[in-house]
Amino acid sequence: MPVPKPGSTDPSVIRNFCIIAHIDHGKSTLADRMLQQTGVVDARTMRAQYLDRMDIERERGITIKSQAVRLPYTGQDGNDYVLNMIDTPGHVDFTYEVSRSLAACEGAILLVDAAQGIEAQTLANLYLALENDLTIIPVLNKIDLPAAQPEKYAAELAHIIGCPAEDVLLVSAKTGVGVPELLEAIVHEIPAPEGNADAPARAMIFDSVYDTYRGVVTYVRVVDGHISTRERIQMMSTGAIHELLEVGVISPEPMAAAGLGVGEVGYLITGVKDVRQSRVGDTITSERKGATQPLAGYRDPKPMVFSGLYPIDGSDYPELRDALDKLKLNDAALVYEPETSAALGFGFRCGFLGLLHMEIVRERLEREAGLDLISTAPNVIYRVDLDDGTEVTVTNPSEFPTAKVARIFEPVVRSTIILPSDFVGTVMELCQQRRGTLLGMDYLSEDRVEMRYTLPLAEIVFDFFDQLKSRTRGYASLDYELSGEQESDLVKVDILLHGETVDAFSAIVHRDKAYSYGVTMAGKLKELIPRQQFEVPIQAAIGSRVIARENIRAIRKDVLAKCYGGDITRKRKLLEKQKEGKKRMKMVGRVEVPQEAFIAALSTTDAPQKK
Amino acid sequence: MTPTPDELNRFPVQIGRNSPIPAQFRGIEPGSGSTRLGVYVHVPFCSSRCGYCDFNTYTAAELGDSVRRDGFADVLAAEVGMAAASVGARTVDTVFVGGGTPTLLGADGLTRILDAIRGAFELAPDAEVTTEANPDSVDERRLADLRAGGFTRISFGMQSSAPGVLAVLDRTHTPGASVAAARAARRVGFEHVNLDLIYGTPGESDDDLRRSVTDVLEADVDHVSAYALIVEEGTPLARRVRRGEIAAPDDEVMADRYLLVDDLLTGAGFTWYEVSNWSRPGGECRHNLAYWHSDDWWGVGPGAHSHVDGVRWWNVKHPRTYAERLGADASPEQDREVLGPDERIVERVMLGLRLAEGLPLAALPVPERAEPEIESGLLVRAEAAADRLVLTRQGRLLADAVVRRLVA
Repeated sequence: MPVPKPGSTDPSVIRNFCIIAHIDHGKSTLADRMLQQTGVVDARTMRAQYLDRMDIERERGITIKSQAVRLPYTGQDGNDYVLNMIDTPGHVDFTYEVSRSLAACEGAILLVDAAQGIEAQTLANLYLALENDLTIIPVLNKIDLPAAQPEKYAAELAHIIGCPAEDVLLVSAKTGVGVPELLEAIVHEIPAPEGNADAPARAMIFDSVYDTYRGVVTYVRVVDGHISTRERIQMMSTGAIHELLEVGVISPEPMAAAGLGVGEVGYLITGVKDVRQSRVGDTITSERKGATQPLAGYRDPKPMVFSGLYPIDGSDYPELRDALDKLKLNDAALVYEPETSAALGFGFRCGFLGLLHMEIVRERLEREAGLDLISTAPNVIYRVDLDDGTEVTVTNPSEFPTAKVARIFEPVVRSTIILPSDFVGTVMELCQQRRGTLLGMDYLSEDRVEMRYTLPLAEIVFDFFDQLKSRTRGYASLDYELSGEQESDLVKVDILLHGETVDAFSAIVHRDKAYSYGVTMAGKLKELIPRQQFEVPIQAAIGSRVIARENIRAIRKDVLAKCYGGDITRKRKLLEKQKEGKKRMKMVGRVEVPQEAFIAALSTTDAPQKK
Repeated sequence: MTPTPDELNRFPVQIGRNSPIPAQFRGIEPGSGSTRLGVYVHVPFCSSRCGYCDFNTYTAAELGDSVRRDGFADVLAAEVGMAAASVGARTVDTVFVGGGTPTLLGADGLTRILDAIRGAFELAPDAEVTTEANPDSVDERRLADLRAGGFTRISFGMQSSAPGVLAVLDRTHTPGASVAAARAARRVGFEHVNLDLIYGTPGESDDDLRRSVTDVLEADVDHVSAYALIVEEGTPLARRVRRGEIAAPDDEVMADRYLLVDDLLTGAGFTWYEVSNWSRPGGECRHNLAYWHSDDWWGVGPGAHSHVDGVRWWNVKHPRTYAERLGADASPEQDREVLGPDERIVERVMLGLRLAEGLPLAALPVPERAEPEIESGLLVRAEAAADRLVLTRQGRLLADAVVRRLVA
């Protein structure tokens, strides 16, 4: 029997699945073994982390990612199958993208490190998979490790999924043990895709990547009908029509094909240059005799966290704008508009899906465009009802209305925290401090607990993850998703330096925390701002009411006592260095503030880490 | 250690005594610049190290057998010979022997160095010849020997009259010793006598400082240097401050003490002529003025800096390395810098502004920058000449900030 070709593959031999795993739990290594054991990559060309490495290599002018790999596989029953392994983006801010990847599959491998157990984010993605009615194949990886506790964690997984512990497959992706059994389980347990081959074409976009050479590469799962190369397609959310330049599959190199049929997974190239024109979750249909009803589940990406981004060197502003424009091509969720700060100069107000998204964007701007950036403290989006019945949306503390505020609403999230039971007390305390409401708590196993909290998003974006990690010695994991908004008693705290408001330091906080924010910020600035030739008061104020105050004493002596022959060179060099330092000073009224003081005052603790 | 050819090349002269002046050193060919020269001589020895001191000086224990003090005057004299070979015929009008503790070389050692200068250069008849001295290491007879040897000015490190302060500074002399030594120097005919004070030492009170200045005035000196204590990195004092054993000097206190010193000395007929130096009329140290005027001087000795015609260089720091270089007829220079136009401007402002005679307005890169400083009361136009700028009393305390703004 010939290997089934893309575009003419019987849906009954297709198995679409993804791997849900925490970072470091061995997803890439498992993918390597599956590439090898299905024979799609031979031993000679095999290398470690095969799929991960392709995106840096840019072979043949296309940025290949492991979004969806087609693995032809001959089962132990002698039949030929096509296994489509679909990648899921790995973190908390991209729940929506994850849900679309899952929606492209019928099954999911739940891959958990046998020495560590399940993490919060994996659990959250598992729940998403269950919501999408996916068949779950529970797998414990790294069973070859001496620290592996397969029995304990198999029981944990069984408890979570509700299956017998014996059904959990034991695998070592490193040695290959258990992988043949896993491939068989995929074939036998995951249902084949179902769809109407004769209906108008409907394909769901589950990823969309900008490539310098080819434009946007769109990854789709065909649900109904057939998509052929050279036809014209329509994006159902916008109605936009595009010419299909290429259709293909990745196996594991990109291979152009005549088309894609029901249940198949592959890529499309249309020549569009901006991922906004090819949005995750959207439905693609044929221009002629197209579908009238899109697939369910499309959502516009909505930024939830906002921050000002400013170049440290003001003359880098055009570079920052260009870098953002470029990044936008590959990031449908990033929004930004120019903003001016008295303290920081020209920059952009940027909106992100969440804190991690923000960190990723900032890191990419710094790394790929070589920019040095300052970001203001992140804030969330607030809805303010005024006395006269009008409504104001606030994404920047400077827009916060100062009078006639009737009610203020802030976004809240539903969070899941998994942690060793020893730390329950300290984490409850943290969540309480952060205005959290406990929704429930479950023991996953004897010593591991899942806690669910409702928390204001504003509290999460403000160093919550760092606090959680440090209070649990790194053992806790966190996941959250938006769950509406709540009315809160919020105020704007301004920081005044020598009587001038420093816009970059203004913050919207809960009234109960205004004082502590003011005291902390004033204290920090007192340490960070060098003494001037006059006394500089630092005040924290709500409106015109001062709630905290510090003073920077005037400098009275700034002269080197001794300057003789042997001191001159050293003294001149010191002076030249200080001159350079002066260039990095920003003037706030008459006060000279070093750039470093802004950076240090705006960094809460360390930057949030990736999960 | 034998110098590498590269090291040899960096020195103004190839050291063979009779070798010609190398072409690569055009900056100070004889006759190209000034005809005068100051000579500084560094004596890198102390009997014990004071906790606050970061000077290039060594105790006998630190040096061991590697360097002989008694022959060191000859090593220094050898560099004097090189200096003459390099800059050619110049009139030396000031000599300053500092340290360390120069008097550890004995009056004969110091005189031998002075003789070497006389032999290599023309020493001006009215030359100012200073040596620093530890009040402990001189008596009236030794002072008379120094005077007879040609020294005209002597400077004692008194630092303070308060025993507690001297203890924090690790000074070994008794409070009265400096005053006695200064008086003795006057008796044996020194024209100029200086006492050094350090103020702002942790534990010092206003009264301690008043008492110190009163003692200085009673000692009949014509010159006082008063320095704010600097806690230098790497000194035992810095370690004690870091460990919290001693409070760090406080800027407010320093500023008040400076003004106190200025009040007391001015009240007694002294005039400030440099930020940290006061004198009776005619008592200014001409050698030090040469530094602040960016004149030419040659620094002889380990770690000594020189400046001739816009070139600054400095010698290797360790006395043993220094002696080895000279023993091999090699240059003791460690490194150098040739000042560009911008650097000369910065230096001129930085140094000139420290002086009471002030700085010509025209020396500023942007003369208009003086205006805000005048407005804020840190600079004034000199009484004698409206085109010169002088620091006010407040300005003296903030001199470095003023200079930064003027040259920014």
